[in-house]
Amino acid sequence: MSNTTASRTNILARLREPQRPECGFDERDYLSRFDWDRAERVRRFTERMVAVRAEVHQATADTWLDVVKQVCAAKGLKNLLVSPETERGKQIHAQAEHFPALKTYDRPIEGWKEELFYGVDAAFTSTFGGIAETGTLILMPDAEEPRLMSLVPPVHIAVLEVDKLYTTFAEAVQEQGWVKTGMPSNALLVSGPSKSADIEQTLAYGVHGPKELVVILV
Amino acid sequence: MTSEFRLTVRENLAKAEVRANFYRAMDGLMTRRLDQFPDKVELERLRTQSMAIRANALSKLPELLEQLEANLTRNGIQVHWAETTDQANQIVLGIMQQHNAQSIIKGKSMVSEEMGLNHFLEALGIEALESDLGEFIIQLDHEAPSHIIMPAIHKNRVQIAKLFHEKFPDIPYTEDVDELTQLARRILRDKFYAAPVGLSGVNFMVAETGTLCLVENEGNGRMSTTAPPVHIAVTGIEKVVESLSDVPPLLSILTRSATGQPITTYVNMISSPRKPGEKDGPEEVHLVLLDNGRSNIYSDPELLATLRCIRCGACINHCPVYVRIGGHSYGTVYPGPIGSILEPQKAGLDVHGELTQASTLCGACSEVCPVRIPIPSILNRLRYDGVRKDAANTNTVGSGKRRTLSEAATWKTWAWAATHPALYHTGSKLATRFKGMLPTNLGAWTSVRTAPKLAESTLHERLKALGVDHE
Ligand code: SF4
Repeated sequence: MSNTTASRTNILARLREPQRPECGFDERDYLSRFDWDRAERVRRFTERMVAVRAEVHQATADTWLDVVKQVCAAKGLKNLLVSPETERGKQIHAQAEHFPALKTYDRPIEGWKEELFYGVDAAFTSTFGGIAETGTLILMPDAEEPRLMSLVPPVHIAVLEVDKLYTTFAEAVQEQGWVKTGMPSNALLVSGPSKSADIEQTLAYGVHGPKELVVILV
Repeated sequence: MTSEFRLTVRENLAKAEVRANFYRAMDGLMTRRLDQFPDKVELERLRTQSMAIRANALSKLPELLEQLEANLTRNGIQVHWAETTDQANQIVLGIMQQHNAQSIIKGKSMVSEEMGLNHFLEALGIEALESDLGEFIIQLDHEAPSHIIMPAIHKNRVQIAKLFHEKFPDIPYTEDVDELTQLARRILRDKFYAAPVGLSGVNFMVAETGTLCLVENEGNGRMSTTAPPVHIAVTGIEKVVESLSDVPPLLSILTRSATGQPITTYVNMISSPRKPGEKDGPEEVHLVLLDNGRSNIYSDPELLATLRCIRCGACINHCPVYVRIGGHSYGTVYPGPIGSILEPQKAGLDVHGELTQASTLCGACSEVCPVRIPIPSILNRLRYDGVRKDAANTNTVGSGKRRTLSEAATWKTWAWAATHPALYHTGSKLATRFKGMLPTNLGAWTSVRTAPKLAESTLHERLKALGVDHE
């Protein structure tokens, strides 16, 4: 491993050798723009999500909690992993008796990896935003809602506030100021349940990630 | 003079089942790509933009790599540089030894294939397990990928069902794709749970923010980079882009060109290991930057375009040669048109130069390439480099090594005849008069074609008869 510094020097020296013409690449800045109003963004988002077999539910500030309850009941979930600290997580925990057994990600993964991998039916998370063009959720996992919540349990339920539904990925990056605020440890775009077409181009769902993705639009 | 390449091609052309598998898959991929670009004007604009993004990054490559390294290091990601695949393997091994790791779980990575990492580790008694479904399947059968995006595309479900049954006899035989997939999920979940180290490739690296972007559908990439306590990413030095704003357009054209998806299920952007207070994610993240001939390609202003590649596989899906001979015929890590320009430049024209001939120069590849790599021109250039006399005037590895005396003499004679009009006219006239005496058996060419027939008179004669003054 010691010669990696020497390798670095050699590689960079070789890359500096050739004449590199100064050239502008103006075409780089082209931006696809769509003039979609709120209703159109919701329509596109829903259409894309449903096309990849995600469930999308419309809700309001008053009804979303009931929608989560109904989803849990319909799927016969035995338990639900949900943060007790996030705005919506608090509300779910406050009505714990109406939900399947609530679990919390209250220790580092090493402390409960087995349970998370084999014993959790579903996780509920918030989202950082959404993208209408591609039907995408933006997640920025943190200490309250760690990375594996949206990956390991077979069902992922997420709430997206329509106010944070952007037209394109480029627009979300720009409007939310990703560069200025600095990137989190992990940022994710999630566009449907886990899937594969590796066997005969036939789609199969739930390869390594969730088999089901449920989005509740508020 | 039947080369190994030709022998393999002949063998693979005879496998009707495999050929059918390729045909079906490539047809589907081409249709799905087309559906993603209904507006041709927009498509051309996006291709130009993507080309500009990659060309811009390459024009500043050493500076961007330094910026990337500085930002990654600041974020807590450890950066390693490898000139050769052997060095890259040693770096991975070194990291594993620091953690006493006896196994590694892998998300899909073509660069790790390039390194021959699995063989390297297995020879040392370390298990390297593929977790991408397609890679998992071919690893069970001890095969190499036949496509860069769909590694098991040469197999159909019956073949895969039989393979699973043979390897996991306890589990009932099934040809159901869902059941096969769930079986793989169960097996691999246990592995992810226990793996001490995860390995992945990278699709784009962002210099501005120090971010590694991974694109995938299954979640094997997310699992490999999130569940184990150590994550090692391996990639080529060319994969860097300047700004975060370069990612959305490249991502969009990548997934649409590759599999005809508006976006993949997951886009995983990693900028740091687990931070204090966070509850999961690897404690350590390493990035191995591999050169392996790339800086040499970089030194040639024409061949440099090869490095714009974003590995979408569209050129492969549209190649009439690939669809017939299949991915394994190439005998290289990257097959198809991209492989035919990349592999000879990396390994040398003396080793893989023949691949530059595995093309009709039909141009389907460059027509679909999202970053406008002029693949046919590069193939032509490499054919020339292979036979040129002034091999010292180019950096291409193995230049001039494909030059043969007989071919050189033939072209010399031709050039001499063509530049002496009197001789040329007499020659072509004689040929038309005595055409009955020309052979009808022209070796391999006539085994599937009829021999060309010469006309009654030469073009010059006929034009003269028509009164055209051609001088
Ligand atoms: S050469 Fe172009 S079409 Fe082929 S894999 Fe690379 S980017 Fe895609």
